[in-house]
Amino acid sequence: MKTEMETRLNGIAAQVPSRRKFLKDSAAIAGGLVIGFYLPKGGRAYAAEAPPGRQPVYPPNAFIRIAPDDSITIVVNKSEMGQGVYTSLPMLIAEELEADWNRISVESAPVEAVYNHTRFPMQMTGGSSSIPSSWDQLRRVGASARMLLIRAAAESWSVPAGECRAENSEVIHDASGQRASYGALADVAAALPLPDKVALKSPKDFKIIGKPTKRLDTPAKINGTAQFGLDVYLPDMLTVMIARSPVFGGKVKSYDATEAEKLQNVQGVYQVPTGIAVAAYGFWPAKTARDLLKIEWDEGPGAKLSTPKMFAEYLKLAKTPGAVARKDGNTAKGFKKAHKTITAEYEVPYLAHATMEPLNVVVDLKPDRCAIWTGTQMQTVDRAMAAMTAGLKPEQVEIHTTFLGGGFGRRANPQSDFVIEAVQVAKAVGKPVKVVWSREDDTRGGFYRPMWADHIRAGIAKNGKPVAWNHTIVGQSIVAGTAFAAFLVKNGIDATSVEGAATMPYEIPNLQVELHTTKNEVPVQWWRSVGHSHTAFVVETMIDELAHLAKKDPVAYRLGILPSHSRYRGVLNLAADKAGWENTLLPEGHAYGVAVHQSFDSYVAEIAEVSLESGKIRVHRVIAAVDCGLVVNPDGVKQQIESAIAYGLSAALHGEITLDRGRVVQSNYNDYPPLRLSEMPQVEVHFFDSHEPPSGIGEPGLPPIAPAVANAVFKLTGKRLRRMPFDKEKIV
Amino acid sequence: MITLTINGTDAMVDADPDTPLLWVLRDNLQMTGTKYGCGIAQCGACTVLLDGRAVRSCQTPVSVAGGKQITTIEGLADTALGKTVQEAWQEVDVPQCGYCQSGQLMSATALLMENPQPSEAQIIEAMDGNLCRCGTYNRIRAAIQMAAAKIPATKVGGAS
Repeated sequence: MKTEMETRLNGIAAQVPSRRKFLKDSAAIAGGLVIGFYLPKGGRAYAAEAPPGRQPVYPPNAFIRIAPDDSITIVVNKSEMGQGVYTSLPMLIAEELEADWNRISVESAPVEAVYNHTRFPMQMTGGSSSIPSSWDQLRRVGASARMLLIRAAAESWSVPAGECRAENSEVIHDASGQRASYGALADVAAALPLPDKVALKSPKDFKIIGKPTKRLDTPAKINGTAQFGLDVYLPDMLTVMIARSPVFGGKVKSYDATEAEKLQNVQGVYQVPTGIAVAAYGFWPAKTARDLLKIEWDEGPGAKLSTPKMFAEYLKLAKTPGAVARKDGNTAKGFKKAHKTITAEYEVPYLAHATMEPLNVVVDLKPDRCAIWTGTQMQTVDRAMAAMTAGLKPEQVEIHTTFLGGGFGRRANPQSDFVIEAVQVAKAVGKPVKVVWSREDDTRGGFYRPMWADHIRAGIAKNGKPVAWNHTIVGQSIVAGTAFAAFLVKNGIDATSVEGAATMPYEIPNLQVELHTTKNEVPVQWWRSVGHSHTAFVVETMIDELAHLAKKDPVAYRLGILPSHSRYRGVLNLAADKAGWENTLLPEGHAYGVAVHQSFDSYVAEIAEVSLESGKIRVHRVIAAVDCGLVVNPDGVKQQIESAIAYGLSAALHGEITLDRGRVVQSNYNDYPPLRLSEMPQVEVHFFDSHEPPSGIGEPGLPPIAPAVANAVFKLTGKRLRRMPFDKEKIV
Repeated sequence: MITLTINGTDAMVDADPDTPLLWVLRDNLQMTGTKYGCGIAQCGACTVLLDGRAVRSCQTPVSVAGGKQITTIEGLADTALGKTVQEAWQEVDVPQCGYCQSGQLMSATALLMENPQPSEAQIIEAMDGNLCRCGTYNRIRAAIQMAAAKIPATKVGGAS
């Protein structure tokens, strides 16, 4: 069965390079990276055409460079946006390479087919897929290189390779006491053909994988030298800010730039497809001039959108039959058998990603080439789109991936919105440009997590177990109109709209999940944990309601309706055990709430300790139990769980983007407030001991937090929270 | 022309006096360690020290900074205290995306300069204006506590 991410991303049909092109690109890479250690010549061993049943062989030289001084550079083909791939992916290579971890540094990969995702024909970072999809690939890369280095040493010493071993960036022949460093062997190893068979280490022999490992990017991130997109400066570069339509889908009717053009340090004002662009020598004159523009907009139908009206329409729709995403048994019959039933409605708003680094792109466009610097999660698509916009071939476009000051999905835009716009600007201005979005531009720029309305009717039997469940979801499709639609939308169902709801694990004999896909002018996109960011809230709070209706303990109730071998059980039991769910005496006015959810093939249970302070929700502590298979970097996984809880709590407590006559009401961190330090709960992360291959970790910590908090609030107050953000709910 | 003293070195800049110090540092001097996050003093990513006090450089006109000692992330390691804070950040492995961390380090250093042994409540108060979208808050708190524990052995605020 395909994983969620495979299904999700196989959709970039237009980006599929031919097998021949793959070989050509691989060969080009071989020529491009001849530094110290490269292999082999002529591309003969680039086994992209691996026979069925055999693993493809990846050319180690594309990922590893060993210099004569024994320093090792790992070229990482995933974007570092905080999730730690510049550490965890090198760990996979270094483990099998038997490399000296202290001599490893990292470089970001250029755009080449050899750096494509192993599951989709494109270079991209997302869907919590970096470790799971690179797990075999990068260990093989490391192991191939190690075997070649051993063979190079063995041949020079005229001893059998089988008598040599590799350790800490050296090849050692114990019998003769000879040893040689990788740096000394790299040149010879580079001329050898790739091994036919690659043997991988047994996990019990791991020295690096599974050990808490410090991030390789920390030094640069604490001394100001880490380069983000906004930090790129080119000679003669202009800073550009754009006045975009205040209403989604609006167009410029007319504009007056007289006042703006008078300002010192303004180079020019240009009309571009997304609005009016001001080019200036620096951010401040660009912004000052941009704010002086007088623009008349043709606002279009988007000006009719107002949030309360939209929710009213959504909720009306939620009570009507939708496209069926899952159907088990017969809910009509099931409800007849129900002893008690509950009906509930839910609303969750649009959400902006609000990365700390606002969007920005540097473009240096020449007649025959285009160089782009940006923090992107989707290099192949961006390159294709930039090429199309510039009238160039993709191979004439280079993308330099900088550090990303947060991604959370925003920088993986299937339409390459910010990249295309920047190339359009570069065409208009005719000089190197840096297009900068202000915080307000970023907050109001769209590509939000969709707003959703849900309707659930559920019934329990006399024994308390659920007997019927009807869940209807209403909201926009994030893939409609993109290349992903052809693959992700089946029978009118966008898989990302119903994930977590249609895949809910509880044993309910009569279960139906339905979807209404709405359309409007607001651009929507994946946002950390995608559909799970709302479905876990709805499903896990309703299950809690059923437990209460059945007069059962919420943990025991869940365990009673989870399949016997389900991995949900392990994390739920572990979290309950670590929290002392049954017997911990919490301080007066504190209560626990629980939720468990699977996303990106990982299972997370969270127990939140909550109180109310002057009617406001205060989350003191979160006990998280995680089953993400084999853990590569335990400290990295802990970071991601802490991060996902903070990101999820920001949304649960405070986050909403609302529209008033088509205009986004929120603008900056004052009215779209992320969680602050004073609100951050203590977070404990416990690992379920798993021997499964690694699964995703950037996102799965997020979905359980909102329902865990809502369930705790119910325990404290008897009030069910069915709308986010909770700030807006009157709790006591 | 305005003369600025940044990390102990004088720099002459040609900028409108109203220009925020942030953009003079970044656009005129290409000192990019100080970050733009919000432009309205809501996030703290642009925090620098002005005569040892933490200020939001996005809201500080460059004219105000003239004649004062400006310390940015690039000069943080020049003081013993700054170095101690950085080492604690490294030890705890605080950053994720890293974008807010320059500002976090500058605010933390200003706090410890004024109050070498802050209570948890004082840490929260001093650091609550620095947003981190990756949620590294617990590590920030731990790193400040670790740095504070090392301070008695360090010469506070002095040059190394």
